[in-house]
Amino acid sequence: MEKLHVVILLMLMISLALTVVRLRSLLAIAILSGVYSLILAVAFTLLDAVDVAFTEAAVGAGITLTLMLAALSLTTRSSTKGSGSAAQRSVAIVVCLMTGAALAYASLEMPAVGDFAAPIHGHVANRYIAEGPLMTGVPNIVTDILASYRGYDTLGEVTVIFTAGIAVMALLWRWRSDGK
Amino acid sequence: MSEHLIVRVIVKLLVPFILLFALYVQMHGDYGPGGGFQAGVIFATGFIVYSIAFGARQTIRVLPLSVVTAMVSLGVVLYALVGFVTVGAGGNFLDYGVLDSHDPVHGQHLGILLIELGVGISVAGVLTAIFFTFAERRQK
Repeated sequence: MEKLHVVILLMLMISLALTVVRLRSLLAIAILSGVYSLILAVAFTLLDAVDVAFTEAAVGAGITLTLMLAALSLTTRSSTKGSGSAAQRSVAIVVCLMTGAALAYASLEMPAVGDFAAPIHGHVANRYIAEGPLMTGVPNIVTDILASYRGYDTLGEVTVIFTAGIAVMALLWRWRSDGK
Repeated sequence: MSEHLIVRVIVKLLVPFILLFALYVQMHGDYGPGGGFQAGVIFATGFIVYSIAFGARQTIRVLPLSVVTAMVSLGVVLYALVGFVTVGAGGNFLDYGVLDSHDPVHGQHLGILLIELGVGISVAGVLTAIFFTFAERRQK
């Protein structure tokens, strides 16, 4: 039953993606991208990945949409007709279809969802699940791994966010120091 | 002030709850889904929603630009500082167990709380700063 729900959600996402390709209104495209993220968040929840779902809902559907709308308010509301000759466009379609086909082919080799024999469950994951909450006193294993076992990586991620922030500010920030 | 009256009234009602929810996600990330990253995003969203309804200038009176820019770096500094403190206490970098001399588990818990707070502060600062950057351009 759960599988059926995920399949329905994925179909919805595919139809949303196709709709976005057809649309010219940038406002509608931004909002539909937010809807896409929200559906993805529901799919993650069905797969028991609540932390990822939370992030997807907050970042994908929430803040990205808001920043897109803020950026849109600085430009036009609709895109012009697609540029490029018919030959260029057909090359683009072929490249997209071939990449998609290669990814779909590669996914056939992936272990099934929840497969105990999958390589990723063979290394440190068992130790994290068994010992994580005892070692750190934090019952949420995702937080254990992100903050403690993988503390270096998370420090790196925060540095990436910091760098992105100061890059945007260095390029575009025009506020005077008195807030005018 | 009379334009967009409904939006403004609703936003005024919502913002306190958005900020409270952000704090809940921040502090409850140990026990349920969430953590510093999500909390930072929600916290920033609260202020951004307020800016959309009342304008960036009005928001800056509550959240001065100097505070936003300080938050951007403060979070990373807090995170790295926890790492250096653990080194100073005789452990490895970001090995929080040494933060509590009696019980390594308490030290771990404290370290995780602190670095999640760092993540939250930085993320909230960066996202608010990016939005304010756009908002300022809009006013020209």
